[in-house]
Amino acid sequence: MTQTAEATNRYAEDFDALREEREEEPLWLRDLRREGFDYFQRMGWPIDDKRDEMWKYTDVRPVARTEFRLPDAPSVTPSPAEIAAMLPFDEDMSRLVFIDGYYSPDASRIVDADDASILRIAEAIREEETLVHGHLGRYSEPGHDASVALNTAFFRDGAYIHADGPLSAPVHVVYITSDHADPVVTYPRTLVVAGKKAEVTLIETFVSLGPRNHFIDPVTEIALGEGSSVTHYRLLLENTDSYTIGHVRPCLGLDSTYKSVVYEVGSGLMRLDLEVLIEGEGAFADLKGLYITKGKQHLDNLVSIDHAKPHGKSRLYYKGILDDESRAVFGGTVYVQPGADKTDAYQEDKNLLLSDRAEADSKPSLEIYADDVKCGHGATAGAVADEAIFYLRSRGIDEQTASRLLIKGFASEILDEVGIEPLRVFLEERTSSALPRFTGAEVAA
Amino acid sequence: MTPRSSNHNRPILEVRDLHVSVGENEILEGMNLSVHLGEVHAVMGPNGSGKSTFTNVVAGRPGYTITKGDILFEGESILGMFPDERARKGIFLALQYPVELPGIRNREFLRTALEALREARGETKLAIREFNKFLEEKAKAMDFDPDLMKRNVNEGFSGGEKKRNEILQLSVLDPKLALLDETDSGLDIDALKVVANGVNAFRGQDKAIVLVTHYQRILNFIKPDYVHVLIEGRIVRSGGSDLAHELEAQGYEWLREPAEEAAESVGATGRPS
Repeated sequence: MTQTAEATNRYAEDFDALREEREEEPLWLRDLRREGFDYFQRMGWPIDDKRDEMWKYTDVRPVARTEFRLPDAPSVTPSPAEIAAMLPFDEDMSRLVFIDGYYSPDASRIVDADDASILRIAEAIREEETLVHGHLGRYSEPGHDASVALNTAFFRDGAYIHADGPLSAPVHVVYITSDHADPVVTYPRTLVVAGKKAEVTLIETFVSLGPRNHFIDPVTEIALGEGSSVTHYRLLLENTDSYTIGHVRPCLGLDSTYKSVVYEVGSGLMRLDLEVLIEGEGAFADLKGLYITKGKQHLDNLVSIDHAKPHGKSRLYYKGILDDESRAVFGGTVYVQPGADKTDAYQEDKNLLLSDRAEADSKPSLEIYADDVKCGHGATAGAVADEAIFYLRSRGIDEQTASRLLIKGFASEILDEVGIEPLRVFLEERTSSALPRFTGAEVAA
Repeated sequence: MTPRSSNHNRPILEVRDLHVSVGENEILEGMNLSVHLGEVHAVMGPNGSGKSTFTNVVAGRPGYTITKGDILFEGESILGMFPDERARKGIFLALQYPVELPGIRNREFLRTALEALREARGETKLAIREFNKFLEEKAKAMDFDPDLMKRNVNEGFSGGEKKRNEILQLSVLDPKLALLDETDSGLDIDALKVVANGVNAFRGQDKAIVLVTHYQRILNFIKPDYVHVLIEGRIVRSGGSDLAHELEAQGYEWLREPAEEAAESVGATGRPS
């Protein structure tokens, strides 16, 4: 407990230290930050006696007990060529790069944005204050939980996309954490405001430049206006000693479509709360996820879809490939509120266990308070891959090839959905090398 | 039968006093069997007699403990070999419950397997076009729906399609020894005929087949040279194809009681004297 108290003090010191810098910010934002900070001071992390059902499978004490430092402006900046080598799929896209929370203009570029503003959020707060004020913190409320509270109190910068028509190119937002001797924390913040009939493709990528522990606390809010469509890729590629706890909150207006694909191979300890609100009639949410874990990784996806209006449709399909002693938690909830009649919802989570020490906990649930709905769920907590491996080997295929085929095949159902060809190729390659013990070269080394 | 060449005097498969346990339970309790090239053996027995254990252990499926005895393939013990090594030596098991492989297309599966075997046999790689032509012919001969090639292995296949897929693999991979684990179970008469035709097409002087079944029905279509009765982990009776008819008429009960004596009467090799 002493350690926890110390870490909380660190947040208080940091918040005070930023007071002067924050005086340039509009009052509403300072109020919002204060609200988040007060929430965190009051509630802290959901550990020990504050750990409830929502956190049943994930223990965030390692996060609570580490004193994370707010990083200074980065001394090194990866060149555009280095970023292109690391993430070789965004050639024709707009790209916003943040290193340790600081915007990197050299590595960033905006491809034409006629009907849109693609800005860093610190700039948007100055240039489009009214709009930002109307949306920021409205979906991910400062008092949602510790992670959103801290992000709101501390975020330095992030990406802002406001579109009133189809964007000509996807926007790739790269949140990089550089290598630090002491653990640092960054608070990436993304806000997307998709106006009527807007079409936006957003890729958020999280990477670490070094192997050491750090903490990322990202919050992404997405407002989908009438008839708009947002396709959202989220790539968690951090090192496996890092921690990630974040919140994604898409709010779907009338007849809008939100499609997301999350791809998670990074983080030692991850909790992502994806909370979708269907607040307009006839909206459609299509959520896909692929997580691949090894070593002692612990990845927790909490996904909820709140159907508040009738004629909504949601599809959720998450798949996991687990090796070694890793653990994956999937908690999926579909709420159908009173009056949200004719809702059509289905969710499914499937896991492939490549090791008998790996563990998948899958908890899909439905809470239905409306009439005439079509809802269902399915989960396979984890079929051990032994049967399939034996089948392939009994046909003469060696163990590594068998495992690789199986991993590739299992992942393909999700990756085939990635509509951007270079991104799909990148993810397929990442997938085939995600578990080194099945790639011949690394085992032989 | 045609006289055997000297090479054929050595059994391709020899099971010697095989004892196998799963967990605490001993399933095979001293099984003996010799199979030569050119022969078709049927191993029959009631549920729980150890039939599937026997085929799985020969194929190398994990989960079984061999406590005593040996399995020789072409005179060499295979107990220390992985399933893929055994397959590359020429052993094939048609599974009783073929496994679904999500995201792996049937064609890709067959091609990867065939390439692995061809490489082991010292044969050159088949170009995709050659492979496709080869596969098309094999499928056609078995009346196999070409659409199933594009589908994921066994995913959403009917019971009959799964079994047919096993026999297609047999035909494509062309092993020396085929073990068929209850390939007849769950098949209607038409599917059974298709499967039997596939097996008969495979049959030959340079092949051996061990067919494991509960029922005599499939033996009307695939005539065995030898029939063995496996009860409680031992072969209690061996004979010609007539034995299958006897079992059909009388069931297995009459063989249960004198299991001890009967085992001795057929001798250590499990072959009729």
